[in-house]
Amino acid sequence: MNLTTKTLLVLATLALAACNNPRAGGGFGADGDGFGNGGGFNDGGITSGSLGDPNDPNSIAHFQQRIGDRVFFTTDSSSLTEEGRSTLSAQARWLSANPQFDIVIEGHADERGTREYNVSLGERRASATMQYLISQGVSSNRLRTVSYGKERPVEACPEQRCWDLNRRAVTTIAGGGRTS
Amino acid sequence: MTRLFLYMTALLALIGALSTAQAQPLRLQITEGVIEPMPFAVPSFVPENSAGNEYAQPLARVVAANLSNTGLFREVLRDAHIARVSSFDASVSYSDWRAINVQALITGAVEVSGNRMTVKFRLFDVTSGQQMGQGMQFSGSTANWRRMAHKVSDAVYSRITGEDGYFDSRVVFIAESGPRADRTKRLAIMDQDGENTQILTDGRSLVIAPRVSPDGTRAVYTTYETGAPRIALMDLSSGQRQLVGDIPGAMTFSPRFSPDGRSLVFSAARGGNTDLYRLDLGSGQMTQLTSSSSIATSPSFSPDGRQITFESDRSGTSQIYVMSANGGEAQRISFGQGRYSTPVWSPRGDLIAFTKSHAGRFHIGVMRADGSEERLLTASFLDEGPTWAPNGRVVKFTREARGGDPAIYSVDISGRNLRRVPTPGPASDPAWGPLLP
Repeated sequence: MNLTTKTLLVLATLALAACNNPRAGGGFGADGDGFGNGGGFNDGGITSGSLGDPNDPNSIAHFQQRIGDRVFFTTDSSSLTEEGRSTLSAQARWLSANPQFDIVIEGHADERGTREYNVSLGERRASATMQYLISQGVSSNRLRTVSYGKERPVEACPEQRCWDLNRRAVTTIAGGGRTS
Repeated sequence: MTRLFLYMTALLALIGALSTAQAQPLRLQITEGVIEPMPFAVPSFVPENSAGNEYAQPLARVVAANLSNTGLFREVLRDAHIARVSSFDASVSYSDWRAINVQALITGAVEVSGNRMTVKFRLFDVTSGQQMGQGMQFSGSTANWRRMAHKVSDAVYSRITGEDGYFDSRVVFIAESGPRADRTKRLAIMDQDGENTQILTDGRSLVIAPRVSPDGTRAVYTTYETGAPRIALMDLSSGQRQLVGDIPGAMTFSPRFSPDGRSLVFSAARGGNTDLYRLDLGSGQMTQLTSSSSIATSPSFSPDGRQITFESDRSGTSQIYVMSANGGEAQRISFGQGRYSTPVWSPRGDLIAFTKSHAGRFHIGVMRADGSEERLLTASFLDEGPTWAPNGRVVKFTREARGGDPAIYSVDISGRNLRRVPTPGPASDPAWGPLLP
């Protein structure tokens, strides 16, 4: 792999990562009058780290691109599909091999439901994902969930193919990132 | 003339039905569903000093727009007017107004000194040739000139329909901007007609689904400022806000005020399960209201505060339930085809408005509080989240056309008069506040 290819790959990875994390670049600190953050996930501290080379099995890039950082659901369901369980088993193996990372599981819904119900549905999907990872040996104290309901579609088109991609739970690497 | 004759015949029939009320010749019975809007005229208000000139015509325009927007009234435009109103106290030339089929005539006057203004109006029943009720005047800051026009509109609407008005009220909503996949959402407030938008949060944190306190002084909404859904309570005059209803390990959202404004009911989700809780805002005491292994969200108090309606998927799909405000057994009230969401109790207590999705379409509908007499008011690619006008005659909601931006619409409870509320940009999640004092 020459340098140009490698650079492009890293850029592509960064773009993908930005896409995967809806909070990237926003949501630091509190709104308005600076009321305390009440023990949320985002304590104002910013950690940074390289995503690495996807060919490195311990890199975040590998987790996101080769293993797959997300699982999909059918309409109004939070049941894991066979493919989803297989992805999560591989995620669990990676997470066990890389115990320095904490994880936030984001639950999402498509736009074909009401806003607040979709927050509940996204929570249910994130929770089902978390329970499966725990069953595969990932320690529960490394895992947290957040539901975005239908607020953060990854694909914004009013068609079935986009809704299918939006009904998802995404395992995001939240902290403890290594520098390299 | 034929139309007028038909209208008057209908009107006479209505008057005949009003057995106990004193005879009011100019009257619209909204519950019957108005087929023919009542023709009215609002000439430019009379400026009583030169500083009043600037407001004379705008005041009349706001009154005319309010009445026309109800769908119950139809303006006879100024080009058709024969008589000119040049003095507020001059006698009305009824024949000139009858000649152009005007039935309700509103005249007004405005006087401005410094940043204070006084607005007066009178309402005339042209058909019978009589003033209807007494003249009224409102005084206040010129900055609130639109509110003066809303007050006049409310008085006119109320005298003719016998119902409370809803024009002098405000709506809290979500102002949206940016790409759909990473939308910026800000809490905002506007007048009910879409004017005077003020943005209340800076957009750094995602915010959704606000509600207004019964006295209109506070808002509650769901914010992602900590990284997960939490409930914020904002004082609308100062902008001061605080997070409330923290339940460790849970996402909390979907907050609603009780009718006395002293407590909230909201949802808490954890472990794949969403339950309803009640929070006493004074003491901070929290009570769990539901404990079903399913989703319970989008609650709404009955106006007497004794019951809560909410949606739950405990039957397998989302449906509407009613339970005591203290929790306990819940009765399912929705039994039609499809999924039912976001029940909202009417301020009159008689109806519950809801979102229904069925066969790929979304609807706003109303049903009686026992679930009977379901009526769908709208249909589109995505309609959701009704909120009631203070008088229970109109609902606003979010409509998103396929591939389009969300916008706020209103429709009356007969399903007529669907209108888009003009907002400066994409807008969603309207929450209609009370009639202002």
